[in-house]
Amino acid sequence: MAGALQFDLVSPERRLASLQVVEVQIPGADGDLTAMEGHAPVITTLRPGVLKVVSAEATRSFAVTGGFAEITASGVSVLAERAVPLEEATGALIDSYVAEAREQAALAAADDRDSMEKFIQDLINLRSVIAA
Amino acid sequence: MPNLKDLKNRIGSVKSTRKITKAMQMVAAAKLRRAQDAAEAGRPYAERMTSVMAGLAASVGNAEGAPRLLAGTGSDKVHLLVVMTAERGLCGAFNSSIARLARLRAQELLAQGKTVKILTVGKKGREQLRRDMSAYMIGHVDLSDVKRIGYAQAQMIAKDVLARFAAGEFDVATLFFNRFQSVISQIPTAQQVIPARFDDAPATASALYDYEPSEEGILADLLPRGVATQVFTALLENGASEQGARMSAMDNATRNAGDMINKLTIQYNRSRQAAITKELIEIISGAEAL
Repeated sequence: MAGALQFDLVSPERRLASLQVVEVQIPGADGDLTAMEGHAPVITTLRPGVLKVVSAEATRSFAVTGGFAEITASGVSVLAERAVPLEEATGALIDSYVAEAREQAALAAADDRDSMEKFIQDLINLRSVIAA
Repeated sequence: MPNLKDLKNRIGSVKSTRKITKAMQMVAAAKLRRAQDAAEAGRPYAERMTSVMAGLAASVGNAEGAPRLLAGTGSDKVHLLVVMTAERGLCGAFNSSIARLARLRAQELLAQGKTVKILTVGKKGREQLRRDMSAYMIGHVDLSDVKRIGYAQAQMIAKDVLARFAAGEFDVATLFFNRFQSVISQIPTAQQVIPARFDDAPATASALYDYEPSEEGILADLLPRGVATQVFTALLENGASEQGARMSAMDNATRNAGDMINKLTIQYNRSRQAAITKELIEIISGAEAL
């Protein structure tokens, strides 16, 4: 049995979760990673995706858009721009995010166009995960 | 001596004023609770955000090629003042204390030969500053339709500010808002957001961390978010302060109305007694004359 991690998920408006967990799967900007006890300290930005938290009793998933995660040996705190429990996330909600992102992409400067495209693609991938 | 009917009417109108101020006070008290809860709920995010950014900023520091949001544009000619006030009045000195602080700062900067631009958030601040500062106003954000301040509003304001910064419209941005201390005390505060400053934030030891993608990459991603977070915190603090200020202003108004009712009632009773005495004298002297 692996040791416990303190996991915190906060959005600007509220604290969504704060509990002891065994592992956290994080959709990092450079690829997914899983944090367990004793992980090297890392700070990574997030891409839109599913954040999965495995605790001794249950597994909970959250749909997150941007933000970042701070991983230390004894805990993980995720600061997400927007986060909703996966069971509450509906296709329509993500669609509204996609529409919003498209609107912004249309206005964005050419330099930012690439990253916006990637952001939208990630959102669409997230959408397909939820629909499945 | 005012006649009895007038006095009675005045007492009636002061009484209904007292009822209104009392009701407003209770509404403000209920809203204050909610606003305080919201401010409380937003705190962990803001704190974590600043501590991580402070750590990153310390390690990237003033190195060559640091993001402009952190290092600044290299000059401080043009200042943007973001003045946050309430949409509604009847909350004591709340709006005027922010407007006064902003006006003082603007005059100071102008005296130093700097250029000042003002972006107002909330109707009351715009009204107060329009009189003498209208030449410097470049925009206004209207939040009167918003029932509950959310992160979306903060993002909207931050996006506006960042777009102006990217377009080179200003060099330094400062937020003006009231920091909530207690129900009776709100502190007008000026907080510089661009370039970012972390004087009082405890920096997490950043050397410990690995960064993905890179320190610069994360910083570039975080700084705009940091601006939005600071705007959001300011909005929440302002919201709580507004309700606190309104609550104590309405409490005072209710008490004053009570005092006034007492005074008027005494005056009313005296006048009535005087009228009765006068009538009695008339009757008695009439009887004596017979």
